Amino acid sequence: MTTQTANNNPASTAGHDRPAISAAGARKVSEREALSLADEKSKIEVNDLNLYYGNEHALKGINLTIPEKRVTAFIGPSGCGKSTLLRCFNRMNDLVDICRIEGEVIMDGKNIYDRDVDVAELRRNVGMVFQKPNPFPKSIYENVAYGLRLQGVSSRRVLDEVVEKSLRAAALWDEVKDRLQDNAFGMSGGQQQRLVIARAIAIEPEVILLDEPASALDPISTLKIEELINELKRDYTIIIVTHNMQQAARVSDYTAFMYIGNLVEYGDTDTLFTNPSKKQTEDYITGRYG
Amino acid sequence: MRQWFKSGTPWIWLNGGAVAMCMIMVIGLIGLIAVRGFAHFWPSDVAVIDMTDASGEQSTIMGELVRSQVISAAVARDSGETVPDDIELVTRHLFKLGNRDQTGRDFVWYLELGMGPWQYPEDVFVVERREWGNFYGQPLALIREGNVISTPGDADFWPQLQASVDRSLALFNEIRRLERGEIGRINTGIEQLRLDERNLQLNPPPADIEARERERIAAASARFDADYAVLREELDAIYQSTQRDTLRMQTANGNEVDITLATIVRVTAPNAMSVFAKLVQYVERLWEFMVDEPREANTEGGIFPAIFGTVTMVLVMSIMVTPFGILAAIYLREYAKQGTMTRIIRISVYNLAGVPSIVYGVFGLGFFVYFLGGNIDQLFYEASLPAPTFGTPGLFWASLTLALLTLPIVIVSTEEGLARIPSTIRQGSLALGATKSETLWKVIVPLATPAMMTGLILAIARAAGEVAPLMLVGVVKLAPTLPIDGTFPYIHLERKIMHLGFHIYDVGFQSPNVEAARPLVYATALVLVMLIVILNLTAISIRNHLRERYRSASD
Repeated sequence: MTTQTANNNPASTAGHDRPAISAAGARKVSEREALSLADEKSKIEVNDLNLYYGNEHALKGINLTIPEKRVTAFIGPSGCGKSTLLRCFNRMNDLVDICRIEGEVIMDGKNIYDRDVDVAELRRNVGMVFQKPNPFPKSIYENVAYGLRLQGVSSRRVLDEVVEKSLRAAALWDEVKDRLQDNAFGMSGGQQQRLVIARAIAIEPEVILLDEPASALDPISTLKIEELINELKRDYTIIIVTHNMQQAARVSDYTAFMYIGNLVEYGDTDTLFTNPSKKQTEDYITGRYG
Repeated sequence: MRQWFKSGTPWIWLNGGAVAMCMIMVIGLIGLIAVRGFAHFWPSDVAVIDMTDASGEQSTIMGELVRSQVISAAVARDSGETVPDDIELVTRHLFKLGNRDQTGRDFVWYLELGMGPWQYPEDVFVVERREWGNFYGQPLALIREGNVISTPGDADFWPQLQASVDRSLALFNEIRRLERGEIGRINTGIEQLRLDERNLQLNPPPADIEARERERIAAASARFDADYAVLREELDAIYQSTQRDTLRMQTANGNEVDITLATIVRVTAPNAMSVFAKLVQYVERLWEFMVDEPREANTEGGIFPAIFGTVTMVLVMSIMVTPFGILAAIYLREYAKQGTMTRIIRISVYNLAGVPSIVYGVFGLGFFVYFLGGNIDQLFYEASLPAPTFGTPGLFWASLTLALLTLPIVIVSTEEGLARIPSTIRQGSLALGATKSETLWKVIVPLATPAMMTGLILAIARAAGEVAPLMLVGVVKLAPTLPIDGTFPYIHLERKIMHLGFHIYDVGFQSPNVEAARPLVYATALVLVMLIVILNLTAISIRNHLRERYRSASD
């Protein structure tokens, strides 16, 4: 794998060495190992991905590689296509009738847009957590067990085990262990979001997509989610879309900056935030637009 | 003034006023029905008045005051009364005189002119009879097998009379039990044999089987005949026995009338009753109204078959409309490609809700009853032709017609419920690897159940009050049997039913005795309203229960 500072935007100019005043200042560069995409094992590879909503060209020739068991963040202003790109990884865009996709998304050597791919199977491997917590109208227990039940698991013992494991992994077990049979709607927003994460990891996916998972939450819940993401990256490949640049800087190993359907810059988070190679990136992370 | 308008106060008053108007109308409606209807069951006093008419002729009237009004003398003169010239307004009273078998008119207007003092003698009896309505009079004697056994002077006259009435009521119930139960069973059996025989004629089996069948039929038939003979004898004995006692009464004009206790429902002396005794009587009569069968062309007795018929029909309708409506709505909303075609279908469905209900009745009669029913008879009930089984109006067709009528309501509310479910929940399920149908049945449909229940509530409210189409497809003035009973197959979908709404129309406008029926119209209307309220409250409480479960999802 080669390092990608993928760029399809001719407008961007190179050669800025003025360090960006960025949110990444919250964490010192020296605190973590120096990361380089070149050293990573690739999990997902996107080749020349174009996506159209009707006549609107929403993603323009995207090329990038998502490293395995790392946190990759997509940042960019509203409408830049970062959520759309995220949804390409579990084919959620299929639900939109007018959506058309060209190009390849290769996961573990297989193009997920091939005809013979079972979408349900793919989504079992690529879990997703949405912006707004969306628990089902069931008990906490049944919410977590939902994915397994879909796969036909009905053994009480197995379910109990997985539910506990998933809730522990989502740092929720201690809060809900006494009321597993209560309706999930009775939980707080932060708890609901962690429940949804537990629900996603219960079916043991390889990749977890997080679509602005903390944007509807208060700061404390957000913090918990971020800690959780740090925990989870040991076992899962995580891709997170966020509006919040501090959050991207805090939780991610790699960051991609997108602008109007283009991938402007992609690289390890520290470099991107402290020393962006593109003017647009710098403008965005210093708050000049977006 | 400008300031006042700007402050918004007039709007508040306007809106508040609208609510107040609605409340007044609803309460007024219910109140009027309740007062008019339920006053009927109160045992009112019987007045005895001596009358002297213009020519100086004396007469006595005995009856319950129904209502009074003041009319102009001219109107009274036009109707043939003699009113002195110097009087401009006269009061007249409507009396319920009963004794229809004696005088032929049981409700009569009398002018107050010429009335003597109103008296309420305690020995006036009101005899409720199974035929000819009430009898008002003074008792002379209780007669058993031709001999006077007790007269009003005796201390034990009243207890003796009540004991005799109770005895004859018990005998009456026994007769009804035998006729409805035992003889009904024999009739059903004989009818079944006749159908079996007819089947043999239509589809003759091999000769030996046919012979065996005929033998079986003959044997069974003989057995039924024997059973019937025994029952007949038993019944005759009871009938004989009911003729034992007779109550001799005297009318206001001095005629003596013998009333056999076999026809008496109840004997009361309202003028002698305390308020508490009247209250007990009131509750008793009200209860009778709810659980008894109608008598005398529906102007007396109860309305139980109508209540039962209405509830059964609404339930059968709900069972049919709910799955159809929900499935159609799910297809329209979840599976169908949203385009011109679905839009046309949706508009058509919505417009169906606006079609006048009688049109559904016509359709039900033409399509369900004659076409579907006729074909069902041809295929499955060939033996009983030409008498139709399903090819005639009945419970099933009535329910089906109403289901059709209420289908748009269920579809619309289910669709709205489905549309309100946040797409994130849908996506959440899909993202876990669920297929579309798994998502639908495990997540979406449970969430939409409150909306479906709302649709059902509206459908029930509409269906229970509907009358016009039912007159064509299965509701009758007087049904001999209930649609659910103890004989196989227990629910008789082909039977005709009685219905509260139609009962109101029938009693109010088709009755031979309008004055007698009037209070029953109000009472029946109140029962209908309460029935709909009860059905709705049940459905609403189920819905609220469901809503509680899925609380914040739909908010």
